[in-house]
Amino acid sequence: MAEIATYLDYNATAPIKPAVREAVEAALGKVGNPSSIHRFGRALRDEVEAARERVARLVGGRPEHLVFTSGGTEANHLALQGAGVARHLMSAVEHDSIRNALAGPETVPVDADGRVDLAALETLLNARPEPALVSIMAVNNETGVVEPIAEAARIVHAHGSRLLVDAVQAAGKVAIDLQAQGADYLTLSAHKLGGPTGVGALVLGADVPYTVPVSGAGQERGRRPGTENVPGIVGFGVAADLAAAALEDFGNIGALRDRLENGIARIAKDAVVFGRVAPRVSNTSLIAMPGVSSETQLVAFDLDGFAVSAGSACSSGKVDPSHVLLAMGVEKAVAETAIRVSLGWDTKPDDIEGFLKAWESLYARTRGRKVSAA
Amino acid sequence: MASNAKNRGKRIVVAMSGGVDSSVTAALLTEQGFDVVGITLRLYDSNQATSRSKTCCAGQDIYDAKRVASQLDIPHYVFNYENRFRENVVEKFAESYAAGETPIPCVLCNQKVKFRDLLATAKDLEATALATGHYVRRVEGRAGAELHRAKDAARDQSYFLFATTQGELDYLRFPLGDFEKDATRALARRFGLEIADKPDSQDICFVPDGRYGRIVERLRPEAAREGDIVDAEGRVLGRHQGILHYTIGQRRGLGVSGAEPLYVLKVEAKRNRVVVGPREALAATKIGLRDVNWLGGPLPVGAGRDCEVKIRSTQAPVPAHLAMETDGRAGVTLFAPEFGVSPGQACVFYDGERVLGGGWIAGAGAAVMDATAAA
Repeated sequence: MAEIATYLDYNATAPIKPAVREAVEAALGKVGNPSSIHRFGRALRDEVEAARERVARLVGGRPEHLVFTSGGTEANHLALQGAGVARHLMSAVEHDSIRNALAGPETVPVDADGRVDLAALETLLNARPEPALVSIMAVNNETGVVEPIAEAARIVHAHGSRLLVDAVQAAGKVAIDLQAQGADYLTLSAHKLGGPTGVGALVLGADVPYTVPVSGAGQERGRRPGTENVPGIVGFGVAADLAAAALEDFGNIGALRDRLENGIARIAKDAVVFGRVAPRVSNTSLIAMPGVSSETQLVAFDLDGFAVSAGSACSSGKVDPSHVLLAMGVEKAVAETAIRVSLGWDTKPDDIEGFLKAWESLYARTRGRKVSAA
Repeated sequence: MASNAKNRGKRIVVAMSGGVDSSVTAALLTEQGFDVVGITLRLYDSNQATSRSKTCCAGQDIYDAKRVASQLDIPHYVFNYENRFRENVVEKFAESYAAGETPIPCVLCNQKVKFRDLLATAKDLEATALATGHYVRRVEGRAGAELHRAKDAARDQSYFLFATTQGELDYLRFPLGDFEKDATRALARRFGLEIADKPDSQDICFVPDGRYGRIVERLRPEAAREGDIVDAEGRVLGRHQGILHYTIGQRRGLGVSGAEPLYVLKVEAKRNRVVVGPREALAATKIGLRDVNWLGGPLPVGAGRDCEVKIRSTQAPVPAHLAMETDGRAGVTLFAPEFGVSPGQACVFYDGERVLGGGWIAGAGAAVMDATAAA
């Protein structure tokens, strides 16, 4: 096994930036509970509120409408259950934390590039009179394709419905303005943008319904019971600030991404980059190597020292064909050969060159033999 | 055992089930200096299996394999083979019962899953070999690798590997073939493996509680239909509970009685009948085989030879004459009759220790006595 490992899986978890780590360590050294009246509690409360402002600023939300959670999954669940709407529509490419949250969602199809079909959205909303909560992610975690949130919001609001935007993969990669884009509920996760795992946020738009679905004490203005994860929240705040400051430069990663995709196109005429012609964030490539299962690729690249993933990371280590690609109309046999390469702030040109070599080697040695895909 | 410098950088994939045998296999090869990569196959959803642990590749076993790999400091991966296992093994298992046969799924699993797809994956991963914890020996012969019985006859698993092709065998390694089971456990303790005292798996892995009937019934409900139990003349003696519950040579649980003990002679799937009769009617000397596989030189069509054959996993090889009929089909003449030869089982050919090949039992000539056969 290769001794040196190159991390190309930022969409799973981005490496923690040094300043974030320092802030988290400092917070871990402080005693107290932010709900306490005494000076220890007050000091931590100040830190939590400062972080709240920083994270809210990243997405154009109001700090008093931001609820810290344990991550993106919890934030999505709080929104879906707290909105108090019986009818749920969602795009066909949502994350599992949305797809599996409520029974009987109506699915809004996407086009071949993975962009939500706005005409279909309108038709679905017209079909029944009662208002709905509509879930559309800002950026797809597997393809990096940017969804037309503002356009979708206009349609949703014209029908008296509400929009939940899962911005977990968008924050820090593209500019987000909750108000301008018309999101009623917006969710975030710290570890996707250089913060720690185990912390996320639900940001509420102005005057949207929300009833806390979990009973407990009155933390987070009664919107999310449980003692705050102070070190995580502090780290989230610093990461959000850094991400906001680096947002303009994030597009530069696109040069590395293009280098990767052009390199693969040179090696293999039959390789496919999904959503390539759609608007995408600059760090994500979902690439099919024909005839080689995603599982085999992941293992081969890991042994060669390159960390990538097959669509979304799965706790069991089990790889299923991506529902995102199937929704885009990609054949199952092709979808089963896709891997996601996601770059970030610490990715170097040499990382891309090294990965291209590994990709070419696997591609070359798997030609002329039968398909090992599931 | 000294670490072997010549093995350094040579990658070997080890199929790790989480049990003692494959864990020790991985440990031995790691100690010998190989670049060992552990792979565990997820063959079925362990949550759907009725009981847990004890059997191969249930959830706990994947966890155990991961722990062992971590102890050995080798990379370890889980591959999801649920679909191909269901198609190639579980469905064929049910089909076989529905056809009135008595299947052995482990052969299909080795043939269609481990040695085909996992082996191809190992090659994709630039491994020089695929190693398993089977108790068989691979001997380098003049014309390529040969498959031999394990040193420990009680542990020998060569019967289950008869369908291995020469190309597969060339690539496979079986480091445990020279060990006895006790030695393997001792090694597991010496390596400090936490699974050293884990019980052996006994059952068919995907039916951990031994109640295979439920799986067969779900996939092939027709095999669970009640029907008649008849004698050789077709007289109805009683009712059966579905042909899947009957295997040739079975005496218990028939619920019918005669002047002498009655045994299952035939399971007639098309007529949904179970035919019973006295023990002597079970005697068979002629066995027809299909899908015959040769390891190291096939017998030409029309040719014949004497060898030893093993017609069930629990029985020692017996002398017989083998005649190749057409491509893939062979006829076996036993020198002494066998009682309870079941279609769906394997008939494996041996020349002493060496496995020559084998085939699937398609039918047996009950009561067809050959002139050469001793009574």
